Amino acid sequence: MSGMEKQGNKMDKLTDPFEGRPADAEDVELEQVLKSFKLSVHAWSDAAYSRPRTVQQTVRRRSWRLAVGWALGCVLVAGSVSGGLFERQHQIELKQRADRQRAAEQRKQVQEQQARAQVTDEDLLADVDSDVSRQVPSAMEPLAQMMAGDETK
Amino acid sequence: MVTRHRPQIFRFLLSSTRDVDLAETLTQECFLKAHRNWGSFRGESSAMTWLMRIAINLQKDHWRNRRMQFWRTTRTNSVDLDEASEWLPSGESSIEQQLLARERVKQVWTAVKGLSERQRTVFLLRYVEERELSEIAAATGLSEGTVKAHLSRAVGRVRLELGGKR
Repeated sequence: MSGMEKQGNKMDKLTDPFEGRPADAEDVELEQVLKSFKLSVHAWSDAAYSRPRTVQQTVRRRSWRLAVGWALGCVLVAGSVSGGLFERQHQIELKQRADRQRAAEQRKQVQEQQARAQVTDEDLLADVDSDVSRQVPSAMEPLAQMMAGDETK
Repeated sequence: MVTRHRPQIFRFLLSSTRDVDLAETLTQECFLKAHRNWGSFRGESSAMTWLMRIAINLQKDHWRNRRMQFWRTTRTNSVDLDEASEWLPSGESSIEQQLLARERVKQVWTAVKGLSERQRTVFLLRYVEERELSEIAAATGLSEGTVKAHLSRAVGRVRLELGGKR
């Protein structure tokens, strides 16, 4: 069996490779088209495979421009990234400072309130003491006067 | 091995990429990789199937890297479908037949372009490289059933492009 016959037989099988349905006119056409496609790819590949290889000289100036462009781009990107990071860090520091100040103010206010509350209690106790020692019931007033008179003597 | 299999590997990569330079580069990489890993080839499949598997993986890696390098997506050396359809078998007798054949080949290329990566690989291995289903399964790492399913969808797509039933 020649190579072409073998290929032809294979193409017959290829139309419906695994179900074995009877081939109708459309399948025959499909088979022809696939065969043409295969031969077309083979012809293209053979031509491309046997073409003479040419080595293109690289243009140095373009590569330099490309390198400079890349370097500038990298610098820009690095600058914007580091600027963004610095700005973010700065914002965080400001926020932390404001938080610390707020906390200190709160602590101060609490201390003042506590101090004020202590003073008020002491005053109240002093008032109670003086009230207890100075004021006496009216029925005991003559006796208190007598005691005051004795004290002056 | 290189002399015997290189044209086939090149042809498969050319039909997959439609880019002559890329196909040459990947073919070289394929044989370089094969040379480096020759010790790990256990002979479970034929050397051609093993080489085809390397070529498929290289092609996959190439497209994956290409997708990652999103700024390069606009640059491609793939020839357009008209140019790919220029190559015709010399058997067509009249000019009308040649034009018709060229149009049909272009339609197949259009269908192939629209296939998924796996469907395209399976289709090209079957109908251009004329590999058996078992060989395609071994080369792609798929089961034969999956290969059949991909092939069926690909042929359906070609049929549809040619204006026939699915």
